[in-house]
Parts: sequence; structure tokens; C-alpha cells
Amino acid sequence: MGMTSAQKSGFGATLWDWLTTVDHKKIGILYLAGGGFFFLLGGLEAVIIRIQLISPENNFISAGLYNEMITMHGTTMIFLAAMPILLGLMNFIMPLQIGARDVAFPFLNSLGFWLFLFGGLLLNLSWFTGAPDAGWTNYAPLSIQSPGHGIDFYIMGLQLSGAGTLMGGINFIVTIVLMRAPGMTYMRMPLFTWTTFVASILILFAFPALTVGLFLMMFDRMFGSAFFDAALGGNAIIWQHLFWIFGHPEVYILILPVFGVFSEVFPTFAKKRLFGYTAMVFATFLIAFLGFMVWAHHMFTVGLGPVANSIFAVATMAIAVPTGIKIFNWLFTLWGGSIKINTAMLWSLAFIPSFTIGGMTGVMLASAVADYQYHDTYFVIGHFHYVIVGGTVFGILAGLHYWWPKMFGRYLHEGLGQLSFWTFFVGFHLTFFIQHFLGLMGMPRRYWVFLENQGLDTGNLISTIGAFFMSFGVIVFLINIIYTTIKGKKASGDAWGSGRTLEWAISSPPVHYNFKQLPLVRGLDPLWIEKTEGNKKVTPAEPLDEIHMPNGSILPFIMTIGFTIASYGFIYQTESKYWLIAVYAGMAIALISMLIRSLKDDHGHHISKEELERVGD
Amino acid sequence: MSHDHSIDPKNMPKDPSKATTEGKHKFMGLWIFLGGETVLFACLFGTYLALKDSAAGGPTTQELYGLGLVFLMTVLLLTSSLTSVYAIYHMKNNDFKKMQLWMGITALLGLAFLACEIYEFAHYIHDYGFTFRSSAFGSAFYTLVGFHGGHVVFGLSWIITLMVRNAKRGLDLYNAPKFNTFALYWHFIDVVWVFIFTVVYLMGMVS
Repeated sequence: MGMTSAQKSGFGATLWDWLTTVDHKKIGILYLAGGGFFFLLGGLEAVIIRIQLISPENNFISAGLYNEMITMHGTTMIFLAAMPILLGLMNFIMPLQIGARDVAFPFLNSLGFWLFLFGGLLLNLSWFTGAPDAGWTNYAPLSIQSPGHGIDFYIMGLQLSGAGTLMGGINFIVTIVLMRAPGMTYMRMPLFTWTTFVASILILFAFPALTVGLFLMMFDRMFGSAFFDAALGGNAIIWQHLFWIFGHPEVYILILPVFGVFSEVFPTFAKKRLFGYTAMVFATFLIAFLGFMVWAHHMFTVGLGPVANSIFAVATMAIAVPTGIKIFNWLFTLWGGSIKINTAMLWSLAFIPSFTIGGMTGVMLASAVADYQYHDTYFVIGHFHYVIVGGTVFGILAGLHYWWPKMFGRYLHEGLGQLSFWTFFVGFHLTFFIQHFLGLMGMPRRYWVFLENQGLDTGNLISTIGAFFMSFGVIVFLINIIYTTIKGKKASGDAWGSGRTLEWAISSPPVHYNFKQLPLVRGLDPLWIEKTEGNKKVTPAEPLDEIHMPNGSILPFIMTIGFTIASYGFIYQTESKYWLIAVYAGMAIALISMLIRSLKDDHGHHISKEELERVGD
Repeated sequence: MSHDHSIDPKNMPKDPSKATTEGKHKFMGLWIFLGGETVLFACLFGTYLALKDSAAGGPTTQELYGLGLVFLMTVLLLTSSLTSVYAIYHMKNNDFKKMQLWMGITALLGLAFLACEIYEFAHYIHDYGFTFRSSAFGSAFYTLVGFHGGHVVFGLSWIITLMVRNAKRGLDLYNAPKFNTFALYWHFIDVVWVFIFTVVYLMGMVS
């Protein structure tokens, strides 16, 4: 790969560069772009849902389309928007924070991204022939009975993107364990790196359960097996268990990384080191650990019995303890700090009360007896949107505003940022706060219409108006991105002037090898330490020497195309055996690409010392 | 880091598979991957345990399983794990020919295992009418044991590719990690089989 191929070259060369890149920063940007696209799609679906529910017995969309809409909204937002955007931030920022030049497996990193993207595109292709309609949880036997190919697209799309995510998780774990700069002990790692590490462990142990669940469903729907078919001795509850053994850790995969984001934003803009660093690290681990033993709280009404329900209820409530530790540590970080308010900080500050409300309703839901009342009502919808929007989305937006100057070299516009914050923030509470009460009054989730004069009319109207506010906020944010790209203020390396961690020690945006000389880490917040000692730069850990970098490759892209063709073949081979040709051809493309990867040596390339000296800083 | 990946016999690294940065990354990456694989098989075992008695009027575990063949398969696969250890031992002594020999024996044992498994499946299907579709038990059995068999197939293609690719050029610091990660993966397959032997066949015979 040429060193300057992306600079001022033709469209073809630029496209080729992005298709073949193994640079963690470019892959991070690809994740952000892909996740952002699906976020807009999922948002559009949300607005359509809210328009349908704006008034009683509305006829904006049909009942069948409504089922497709709620299924795709949930699936898209979780798998294709929130998680990829977080993976994008992790990809870009984490290696910089630990003082590394790339991730442990750059090729795999690229493959993971393309699998996610094509899995998402495959899933959304279903819109043309009938989307999945059994809810994002896809419970059997409803999903087994669902006619058409919607569910099949769900199965294959999630299988592809899930495989990509698993690769990302393995990659991050190895990167953090083996590639930390000299002196960066575990307990000197920034909190965002810690939460990336722990979220990756969750990905590693949670996603295989989804993989198995999806395989079983694939076999039942496409190859006539009987896992969920009661007539042949099957058991539909197995799907629920497998789905939630994956699904509950999944919500911590979504929230832990943004806990890391807030733990970076607060110290930077309060100009104080993070309060209770050690407690934060242990709380992260405790949440992750407990996150694996609470999955059955999604199944309280299935009839597992009072003993199982009690155990899972108590375990669930216990999670509030480490989470509470975190909330108080953030508050104590702010306490007495020299606080600067900007958009990144506003999102972070707004997160604390919003997420705490979501946590409180979480403890309410954890009470198994009370859950019989809340189950499958809008109370649950209100609860999980408070934690996922009030937590994950706020955190993503805080992180984007915070690291945008690092990633793109320009600041997002403050005025536009604050406008989008306030409209989105107000809209969010308008939309979801009232839903708790709708739920308590008995409005069930996933229903296409509600009847008038049952006390649900005003609440639903308010909720829909809130959704419009949120949409406005998102549009302003998009305008902000366009404005910033064209006319945004340029950022220096230490863009906020009070950066503490290593990513702020290098230029914005960073050069493709990140660090000319690997930094020597002398404590927690290494850049802050250097600054307090009057140093302009971080002490290098090595003399200037040539740098070894990985080569780009088109193979991950081609492999993904192969897997996607095969997936398409699997979906349609139930209709005609000729579609098996697509299965074999697709698998052949993927396996031959893997073979080429194995047979062809790839030693990477070196950037010479002379060239590094020529570049300067 | 040196650009040259050849091994200097006078100055041998202690373990050529972990002498380079890439080698260290691969070694750990595969360990982590096996962590995920453990969950994958755990879920398949759980599903099997939930459905093993759901024969839907078809043959039950006691009627189907015969320990003779399964014993032979166990011996084959366990021995292949041992021969892969010999291969890695010779790799660490930079004796490429002996490494290839023992990897070859490993692959042959794996193939023999696979042949037994195919025979076993064919036997169940033809003599008992016990298929993937005949009951929930059938689905769970073929999925669990089949996933393991699929892993064996993948492992065999992997080692044969590696052996053919490197037959002429011998061992160096670039390909040593590849052989080593294969061996690690192969041990994992072996461990999973020990569980299948116990949970599926032994427990199936007594219950």
C-alpha cells in the first residue's frame, strides 16, 4: 500500500484504499459511517412507529408492516447502529490510548467490518420482499411459523454481522493484552480502554450463544430440523434461553464502552483526575460478571418457577450496586473541578439523571412478582429506551463530540451541537417518560393500534411529539457534520488543551503509524503527567527507528462477498434447489480467499528511518 | 524486528512459534478464540441435554449407541492429539522433517476418525431411520456431533494446506506460529470430543 495513495488521488484509488485498508483508524471511521447510516434507518423506522401510534386506531401503516417496522427498528438499532458505532470509537481510539501503532490482527479487523456491513445490508434487503416480523427477540414458535423469507434474512444477516463482531472482540482483547506501550500497566490504562477490554470479553462469551441460536433456527426453518417443533419433541424455550444468554450481556456490551467515554470526558472538562479509578475498574468487571447471570429476568413470566425467578431477581438487583458506584464516582470527579461546559460535556451531564432513571425502573422490573404486571407493556419500552438512549446514545454523542477533533482534525460546531443536544434531550424525555405511565395503565408493547378513551390518547400524542423533537436534533447533528467537514475550526493535537491520555499527545488526525516513537508511560494519565512537569511531548520509549506496518488487502472484502452470496443462497434454497449453486459458489469464493490468505506470505512493509525524519512531527 | 524470518540453527530461539510479534499475537488470539468456541459448544451441549429424551417415538439413546465404535474413535482422536504434541516437540528442535512426519500421522488419524463418524451417521440413518429431521433428539444429536465433525474437517484442511505449502521451504519464524496454532486448535477438538464421549455416549448408555 502506497504511503500517500489516499492523498489527492482519483476516486478509484481512494475507493480502493478504503476497500483494502487495514488501518484501525480508517476501519474505525468506516464503522462510524456504516453504523451512522443504519442509525438513520432505524430512526426513520422509529418515527414511522410513532406516527402510527399518534392517535387511536390509526391507519398510517398496516398491521403487518407495523410488525416488520418494530422488528427492524430494534434489530437495526442494537446490532447495526449502536454496537458498530461503539466498535468504531473503540477501533479508532483504543490503540491510540495504549500507545500502539495498530491492532493485533489488522486483516481480521477489516474482515470484521465488512462482515458487519454486508450482514446489515443483507438484513435490510428483506424490505424488498418482506422484512422479519417476529420482534427483535424473534421468539419461537412465532418465528418458525412466520411465512415468507423475512425471518431467514434476520437469521443470515445477524449471523454474518455477529461473526464480524466476534472477530472485533478477539482482536481488541489481544491488542490490549499484548500491545500496550512500555510502562502502560493494566492499572494505568485509561477507563475507555478498560471498558473496551471488558466489553470485548463480553462479546467473546456472549456472541457464540447467539451463533448457536441462529444456527438452530436456521436448521429448523431451512433444513427441517425440530429444535423448536413441539410435535417432534422440540422446545421453543431453548431459543429464549440462548437468545437471552447472549442478549443480556449484549446490553452491557452496549453500555460499558460509553461508561468509558464518560470516564474520559468528565476528567478532561473538570480538569481533575477520575475519582475512584480502581473502584471504576472493579465495578466494570463486576457488572460484566453479573451481566452473565441475569438472563432469565427477561423470562420471569415463562414459568421457570419461584426459585429460579428469585435467584435471577436478586442477581439483577445486585447490578445496581457497581453501577451506583460508577454514578457516584462521576459526581465526585465533577465535585470541585474546574468545569468547562460544551456539547460533549452536556451529553455526559444529561446522561447521569437519564440513565439513573433507567436504572431505577430496572430495579423495579427486577422484582419478579411486580414484573408480571410490567411484562410486555410500554413500561418495559420506557425502561430500556432510558438506558439505551439515555445511556448508549448519549454516550456515543458525547464520544463523537469529544473525539471528533482527534479523528477528523476539526471541531464540531458548538452552537449547532448545543441546539441538537437540547432538542434531542427534551424530545427524548417527552417520548419515553410518558411511556412508563402508558405501560402502567396497561398499554401492551408491539400492538399496532390502541382504542380511544382508555386514557392512552394524550400520552401517545406527547410521545410522538417527542419523537419529532429527537428527529430534529438528529438532523441538526447531521448538518453539523457537513458544516464541520467543510468549514470546521481546525484542531491541534491536544485539541481540548486539557487532554490527559495518549491520544492527545499526537497530531489531529494522527499519522497512519500513530506514534513515530512509542511513548513511555510513567503513570495514569501519561500526557497530564508530562504536562505538569513542563514537557511539551511524551517521553519516547525507543530511539527513532524504522516502523513495521501491515499491508492492505482486498481479501476481507472478497471473502465477505462470498459469505453474503452463500447466505442469500441459503435463504432461497428452500424454494428451488438451484439456489444451492449460490451457496456453493459463495462458499467457494470465501474459502478460496482464505486459502490465498494462507498460501501467500504477507510480511507487511517498513517505513524507513529516513522517511520518518523527513516527515518531522 | 528483523526482516529475515529464517531460523539460524546456531542461535535458535527457545520457541520459534513465539519468537516474533505476529507469533505471540496468533498464539494468544487462538486461545481467546477457543474461549468463544467453548461457549459455542456449551450451548450445543445444553441444547442436546434438553432434547436427548425427545425421541418422538423414534429410537432412543440406548437403542442407538454402541460403545465399540465410539471407543475406537476416541482412541484415534486422542492419539492424534499426542502425535501433534510430538510434531510441536520436533518443531522446537527445528527438525522440520520429523515435524512433517508427525503432523502427517496426526492428519491420518483425524481422517480415520472422520471415516468412523461418517460410518456411524450412515449406520443410524439406514438401519434405524434416525435422521436430522426425525425428532428433536435427532436434530440435537446431529448438530452437536456434526459441529464437532465440522471442526475436524476444518482442522484437517488447515493442516494439510500448511504441510503442502511449506513442504519445500521448511520451517521458519513466519510459518512456525501457524503450525503451533493448528496444534492448539487440534487439542481443543480433542477436549470437546472427550465431553461428547462422556455426555452423549456414556450418559446415553446408562440413562
